[in-house]
Amino acid sequence: MRKNGTAEVVAISEDERILGIDDVTICYSDNPAVKNVSFDIARNKITSIIGPSGCGKSTLLRSLNRMNEFISEVSLKGRVSFDGQDLYAKSVDPVEVRQHIGMVFQKPNPFPKSIYKNVSWGPTVNQYDGSIPELVERSLKQASLWNEVKDRLNDSALGLSGGQQQRLCIARALAIEPTVLLMDEPCSALDPISTAHIENLMYDLKSRYTIVIVTHNMQQAARVSDYTAFMEMGNLIEFGETDQIFTRPQEKRTEEYVTGRFG
Amino acid sequence: MPLSIELSKPKQRESLNKRHFKAKIFARFCACVTWMGTALLLILLYQIFSDGLSWLDWDFLNNFPSRFPERAGIKSALAGTIWLISLVAFFAIPVGVATAIYIEEFSKKNLLSRIIELNISNLAGVPSIVYGIIGLTIFVRGLSLERSLISGALTMSLLILPVIIIASREAIKTVPISIRSAAFALGATRWQTVWSHVLPASFPGILTGVILALSRAIGETAPLLMIGALTYVAFVPEGPMDSFTALPIQIFNWVSRPQEEFHQLAAAAIIVLLTVLLAMNSVAIFVRHKMEKKLQ
Repeated sequence: MRKNGTAEVVAISEDERILGIDDVTICYSDNPAVKNVSFDIARNKITSIIGPSGCGKSTLLRSLNRMNEFISEVSLKGRVSFDGQDLYAKSVDPVEVRQHIGMVFQKPNPFPKSIYKNVSWGPTVNQYDGSIPELVERSLKQASLWNEVKDRLNDSALGLSGGQQQRLCIARALAIEPTVLLMDEPCSALDPISTAHIENLMYDLKSRYTIVIVTHNMQQAARVSDYTAFMEMGNLIEFGETDQIFTRPQEKRTEEYVTGRFG
Repeated sequence: MPLSIELSKPKQRESLNKRHFKAKIFARFCACVTWMGTALLLILLYQIFSDGLSWLDWDFLNNFPSRFPERAGIKSALAGTIWLISLVAFFAIPVGVATAIYIEEFSKKNLLSRIIELNISNLAGVPSIVYGIIGLTIFVRGLSLERSLISGALTMSLLILPVIIIASREAIKTVPISIRSAAFALGATRWQTVWSHVLPASFPGILTGVILALSRAIGETAPLLMIGALTYVAFVPEGPMDSFTALPIQIFNWVSRPQEEFHQLAAAAIIVLLTVLLAMNSVAIFVRHKMEKKLQ
């Protein structure tokens, strides 16, 4: 265990590490939303980031594939590395970063196009060389949506239910064959059944992808993730194996949060 | 018995009645104003149609202007208007839409860009005669394009550019950020995002703006008078360098003559102008409807 600022942080071995977050501070203008956070993301595992609203967890997640760049006046200090490479180095093209690190958003946001086109657009712009129809089918199967939509691939995606739309968004993200999948509260707009569906799906996807999920639902974090980071007011309070965080937290604040005493 | 009646005190009831009364008054007022506008328009249309309809026939469309009312027609003016509007569309739409895309999607937001945006909005309010003077100075004299269709079209394009830019920007702004985020998260560049998602989603709005702008151009007279479009043209323009006249000029010309017959001819020309406008609008509505259906 290595000490980091005030936080308890379990180290991830170098072999296992795919994303490294090293002393990262993210500011909106002059207000820091994330302060000196360090922890690592393990390959082919699910890491969840939990914490009360406004604790900076989404901001941190969006910094992992440089999606913060569309908000003006956001600045990042520290180092985010992907397979050892600095994601924020001058020579790195953010477009390329996002081809390796995909993202699913809080509210389902399918394109107002057909189901097929929603999935095929990503590979098309990334100049995928294989057969796109096969890739679309494979992605929809991975997102366990294929059976529900295979007969209406040319219908508008907006005709799907909320849960189906979110699985479509996951299929769309998988179609660019990313290494890491970032999920920003993917179930917060869904009913319990759709949520369970997506949680099962995440479990299946683990063998092929690394998943980082931001959630304000502690039960969800406890159910799906292998590692959990707990953040509060921009600080990382504790990072460790999910079991340990929920059963034997080292920090008092973590214990209070996961037992529901605040937040 | 409804629960609310049991529960509300007399004072509350009284104020509720008052609020309902106010709402009703306001609704009536709005309806009144709407009908007043419509009635005025109907009266205007009735007058024009009763004056001009009897003059409207094939000869009227196919004859050149003449000093004898029974032989006068709008062939050259109609052709000039169609030429003019096509050239204006050719110049103004690509430039206007591209400017809007640049401002909304690409440009950095700083003081300079804010000053430019403010000025574009101000330009939309500049009187059209001022554009006529600019056209006369730059296109007719400066670039020696003479009193040609192309001078007129460029002047008109300047006139409607701010309108197209503002309408297109508003349309682009209505595309939700979440759609852009989704595209960027798939590793798309800004251009790919704009071309595949932002433009198709904002197309109906842009089209509405473009049609409104072209409708304005089709009815403008002052800038054309300023750059010296001719009032008597007995030929159909064959290229952008030819001199020309247009329907509003022809109407203006006829209205300013003393004889009653020419006033009726003007009314007939107005009917033709309205028909052209309506045709353009219905094409736009049709295309927009198609696009919106496709998006849903």
